[in-house]
Amino acid sequence: MSLLELHGISKIYGDLKALDNINFNIDNGEWVAIMGPSGSGKSTMMNIIGCMDKPTLGQVLLDGKDISKLTKKELTEIRRDKIGLIFQQFHLVNYLTAVENVMVAQYYHSIPDEQEALEALERVGLKERAYHLPSQLSGGEQQRVCIARALINHPEIVLADEPTGNLDEANENIVLDIFQQLHKEGTTLIVVTHDPEVGDVAQRVITLEHGKITRDALNESFGK
Amino acid sequence: MSKRKMFFKMITASLMRRRSRMLVALLAIAVGGTILSGLITIYRDVPRQMGAQMRNYGANMIFVPGEADTKLSLELIDKAVSFIDPGNLIGVTPYRYETVRIHEQPVMVAATNFEGARATSPYWLIEGEWPSAKDEILVGQNIADTLGLKVGTTTAVVYTDAEDDSNTPNFGIDMKVSGILETGGSEEEYVYMSLEDMADLTGESADIERTGESGRIDLAELSISASGDVLSSYIEKIETNVPEVSPRLVKRVTASETAVLTKLQSLVLLVTIVVLLLTMICVATTMNAVVTERRKEIGLRKALGASDNSIVAEFMGEGLLLGLIGGILGVILGFAFAQYVSREVFSSSISFPALLVPVTIIVSILVTGLACYFPVRSATEVDPALVLKGE
Repeated sequence: MSLLELHGISKIYGDLKALDNINFNIDNGEWVAIMGPSGSGKSTMMNIIGCMDKPTLGQVLLDGKDISKLTKKELTEIRRDKIGLIFQQFHLVNYLTAVENVMVAQYYHSIPDEQEALEALERVGLKERAYHLPSQLSGGEQQRVCIARALINHPEIVLADEPTGNLDEANENIVLDIFQQLHKEGTTLIVVTHDPEVGDVAQRVITLEHGKITRDALNESFGK
Repeated sequence: MSKRKMFFKMITASLMRRRSRMLVALLAIAVGGTILSGLITIYRDVPRQMGAQMRNYGANMIFVPGEADTKLSLELIDKAVSFIDPGNLIGVTPYRYETVRIHEQPVMVAATNFEGARATSPYWLIEGEWPSAKDEILVGQNIADTLGLKVGTTTAVVYTDAEDDSNTPNFGIDMKVSGILETGGSEEEYVYMSLEDMADLTGESADIERTGESGRIDLAELSISASGDVLSSYIEKIETNVPEVSPRLVKRVTASETAVLTKLQSLVLLVTIVVLLLTMICVATTMNAVVTERRKEIGLRKALGASDNSIVAEFMGEGLLLGLIGGILGVILGFAFAQYVSREVFSSSISFPALLVPVTIIVSILVTGLACYFPVRSATEVDPALVLKGE
């Protein structure tokens, strides 16, 4: 059984089909890049996989459980327990320090543990910046705090939306190195991107165009 | 770290690290609290302050004999006065009226206690000095003009016993005019002397000394700093317990005083309510703006798995903490404001009403809580996906 299964997923806004009969499975530990130009339906798919939206048609199975018909409250619980979100804009709480931002995710999930949060920051190379506010961190550092926050509750899926979209090349490489490390540790990674360099390092690339999958293939250069 | 500790860490960090934003909200709440507590303090204190001011216009209660054949005495007056709250009693002035002759002219004398007269009749204007020694008199302006008396003049005051058919003077004492009284009223038709001098003049001193009882008193004027209801309650108590004394309100004073106080209090109450409503709107608008600009943060928290109730609790926690701090500031600044108004308008200090502390703080917390609740509730409806995309 795959970790995530999408069966006949469509998302329709009036006359517009943002997603049109999407089918794919993602196995545990896979690193998948979902690529495509603007308006191809990447964000809609990210929202459905991230339990922030529901499909108009079709079925989404997470860990074998159909999440496509859940209420908003139930989706919130799934998001909290099973999914770690990484955003292009980082979205850190600007009045909390790096470590407190990580602990916010713990707060909603279980019990805040500062030591554990510091370890998560250490994992992304930011322990020494743990008590800085987001405004005192560079874009790359903020994105790493965002990654630490996504990982803190040991989610089943880490879902990243354009994670390097606002980063320079050096910071992009740091983030991709962290993804490599997470993949080696067995984390399931789904990265939504239009950046070919980010797609090139993924294990598998799903390409969307006009709401349909035009390509779903393993990356031959992966791991080389 | 416990969840509770993290909760407080988040709300205090929001207040401490978003100082400029929160200061605006805090200012709105503190100004509201200040005006509320200040106006309530003034509203509460207006009767006392205005009552004290009104007392400058003379006595508002008199004692007369309770029954036709009874006579007032200092002892009966003291007994009746014991039913009046000493904190409200400004002065008691007994009067005994007799006819005397000065320069062969019949003149009405009011024998009194000058210390009491100073308290109950602060509007009396004295040219010269109040009588302070034995055989000194205060002469009304009209009498002084008629008889040609001046400050410092010594004149013979002759007592004529009204019950003596021969109408021959029986005592005469030389008395010094220490002052001339100007009021513009009927008080200028009298000569004032002490009760002791009157007793000497009438030859009753020996009897008073022997019996230990004061001589006859015709009436007593009282100046009491209290509203009509309180004065009525004093009257009821005195009538019940000291039937020999009949207390009466000086209607023209108490009625106009009550009317002025009621209108003034109503005005202050109206202003307080209007200001409170305006403050609520101001606080609500400020908190609404504070919450609205944090919609993205609310969306993020929802994306991280926060329940609606959890988000409402956090924002309400911040709001209530702000309300608490604003309320405390409001109590302090409000009292300072009320004190300033009291000193500038009434020229006297105001007492600190302890009950106002919890009232102002609770009202501030409630207003802020209400002002936060609706925008926060509405903000929890946001779609995290849209907010995080910046839409």
